Amino acid sequence: MSKNKTHSSGYCTYLWALVALLVLTALSVFITRFELGPCNTAASLLIAGAEALIVLAYFMNLKFESRFYKIMTTLVIVIFLFMLFITFFDYMNRVY
Amino acid sequence: MSESIVSQQHVSYLKEESRFKGRLKNLYSWICTTDHKRIGLLYLFVITIFFIVGAIQGLLMKLELMAPGANIMGSESFSVLSTLHGIIMVFAVAIPGLTAVFGNFFLPIMLGTNNVAFPKLNLVSWYVYIIGIIFILLSQFGYYSGFDSGWTFNIPYGILINANILPVVIGIFLIGLSSIALGINFIVTVHRYRAQGMSWFKMPLFPWSLYAAAWIQLLATPVLVIALFMIFAESTMAIGMLDPMLGGDPTLYQHLFWIYARPAIYIMILPAMGIISEIIPTFSQKTIFSYRTTVVALLAIAFLGFFVWGQHMVTSGIGDRALSLFSFFALIITVPMIVVVLNWLGTMHKGSLNITTPFYWAVSFIFIFLIAGLTGLMFGSLATNVYVHRTQFEIAHFHYIVFGSVSFAFMGAIHYWFPKIFGRMYNKKWANIGFLVFFVGFNLLFLPMFMLGYQGLPGHFYDYPPGFQPGNLASSTGAIILILGALIIIINLIRNARFGRKCDDMNPWGGKTLEWTISTPPPSVNFDKLPVITNDPYDYN
Amino acid sequence: MKTNIYNVPGQDEHDVSKFGMWLFIFAELLLFGALFIVYTAYRSRNPAAFKLAGNELELTVGIISTIILLISSTTMAISVTAIQKNNKNLSLLTLGITILFAIAFLLYKYFEWGTRINEGFLPDTNTLHELGPGTILFFGLYFVMTGLHALHILIGLIFIIYIFFRIIKNRINSENYHLFENFGLFWHLVVLIWIFLFPLFYLIR
Repeated sequence: MSKNKTHSSGYCTYLWALVALLVLTALSVFITRFELGPCNTAASLLIAGAEALIVLAYFMNLKFESRFYKIMTTLVIVIFLFMLFITFFDYMNRVY
Repeated sequence: MSESIVSQQHVSYLKEESRFKGRLKNLYSWICTTDHKRIGLLYLFVITIFFIVGAIQGLLMKLELMAPGANIMGSESFSVLSTLHGIIMVFAVAIPGLTAVFGNFFLPIMLGTNNVAFPKLNLVSWYVYIIGIIFILLSQFGYYSGFDSGWTFNIPYGILINANILPVVIGIFLIGLSSIALGINFIVTVHRYRAQGMSWFKMPLFPWSLYAAAWIQLLATPVLVIALFMIFAESTMAIGMLDPMLGGDPTLYQHLFWIYARPAIYIMILPAMGIISEIIPTFSQKTIFSYRTTVVALLAIAFLGFFVWGQHMVTSGIGDRALSLFSFFALIITVPMIVVVLNWLGTMHKGSLNITTPFYWAVSFIFIFLIAGLTGLMFGSLATNVYVHRTQFEIAHFHYIVFGSVSFAFMGAIHYWFPKIFGRMYNKKWANIGFLVFFVGFNLLFLPMFMLGYQGLPGHFYDYPPGFQPGNLASSTGAIILILGALIIIINLIRNARFGRKCDDMNPWGGKTLEWTISTPPPSVNFDKLPVITNDPYDYN
Repeated sequence: MKTNIYNVPGQDEHDVSKFGMWLFIFAELLLFGALFIVYTAYRSRNPAAFKLAGNELELTVGIISTIILLISSTTMAISVTAIQKNNKNLSLLTLGITILFAIAFLLYKYFEWGTRINEGFLPDTNTLHELGPGTILFFGLYFVMTGLHALHILIGLIFIIYIFFRIIKNRINSENYHLFENFGLFWHLVVLIWIFLFPLFYLIR
């Protein structure tokens, strides 16, 4: 516990994370050049999700936190996705 | 030896020396306090006032409904009154009611710690709450006509009527912020400040219920903030999100509003269930029946409560498939509810019952809660929901679950913890009379409304065809009796908080949780030496 | 005997305040999450109009904003680590860069909004109302969501400047960095939200 508290990544880790984020951003811009229909949306949101994961894990130090924080964050995201999904489910199934 | 030092250490939180000077030093020592017990009483003070305000509004509406036609007010005043009644009772009384008063007062004590995690934030959230209420009241003054769209705002009507919607929106937003802050405080307190040895499954049930409710407060309120923000942006900047003429979809507002407001019902119900789970073991002198299933059921209610909001939208024009999904969740959520009720009954079974005032409230809570839950099933299944939606039936159900459950749990809690909070005892005879009058009045008020609604009388309206008069007359009589009962109870409690028989007994009811191990009333520092827990929470063997 | 609440064995103030900060972050996630729900619902109702309206926004603006924020997030993280390792100069340098990038982001947003307003996309104007429901919704959402995000950046900027001076005065140092670390979490959250705003408005066509 006390070890975790003082633990944080080295400077290099942050720079590598930045590089990864920039590459992913470039990738998400790059794929808009192809007409993939709905896959475009899915792909850019997936890439955004990957970027968010990097920010959460390294910048927000979630990777080095206790398991409790990881579980809580996951649960919150799951509850949000449920809300989103159910509302979306309604809009997808309307007759008008 | 040196008894004076001992009594010095145990100076009651009510009589703590003020750190301020001057004529108003006692007032300052209350309104600048960071003691969770005093903040709990500050909330109690405000909530009592607004409960009385809201109850008088309700009584006025019921008097109007005593006979058909406009008797003491017309259509417009009735709508304004019912809107204000709803907003005050829901946002200023019921939602903060149990968590902010009894949660603040007893959560740290029951966990065996000396304060909540962020004491200053706790005080700030009280102030934000007060400012929010002031904003809501401001909506009644000013150039525009009164605000009469109902407490759910009924978008787009709420925007189109040219009324003072902005103060209400800002007020509810502020109360929401205070609710989020309270939720953060409680979650951190439960996680980090439990006494040594109090593992998760040795925590009493009231803290468990507050914990579950705090997560709803934290995660659902931001959605309400966005719904309110949409109203704000729509009525100041016409961004088009709520205006069908500009492409907006009012049912989307309803989605967001009920994503909050539906779990908000569980913010009110869960602590009520927690309180009853405290009272029943104490007055049965028996361990709670199946502690673990109760805990799991409370958490399951909180989790499933996020996905039931569509029940309130069956007549809003959303898709049938979505409604079926919501219906599924709504029927599922009754399972943990029933589990908790059965555990209460199992606790009482073969217990040595101590039949006094708090126990009356707890048992009648189960009665009220069952009526509320069983009529709730009719809203869970779609066909009956469409039939009784927006009728008096719905209003009766709503009041059984929100007003009934919360007020019976609140009254049970205040009669249970009164000697601990004030160090004095109320008059038990008057308390029992008050209970009886309140109980009779409550049921006489709302049971006829089920019949009226089932016969097709819509809610939220000042007039009705003469054929409905008998039921309405009974209901209005019930309202008068209910108010009478509430007056008896409130006068009895307020009077005896000051002049009642002194009660120094540390543990008048024979409870097992930690608040009964400290002196009465609690010292300003709860525990000189922090307790170490070895037993289960309701260990009566 | 003042009410000393931090007397539970094994608990320290830092851990508790960080926990509180995380809970606040969850609330913020749901706040923007609700706006994502609004966006999703309206996009699913007006796919064609959203596609057309999206073309009005310049991709380069979005990319540059993203790069600015990603770099500022990195420098913020480095700054927190530097203060933990008692490297005050590096911390001040990187925090200074964060401040500059935050100001740059806000200025850039200011000019971007100015351009959009000049083009007549401001809500509640006749020019926008002529473009039809879907476009109105798109730009309403655009101004609300980026506006709320920019508000967070602004609040964050004020906090960073405050923290900057606290570091200069040695009030935040390798012993007492908790406020800074918690605030860093807030800044990363704001960046995290932008990571999703960027594809929603600038990328999905």
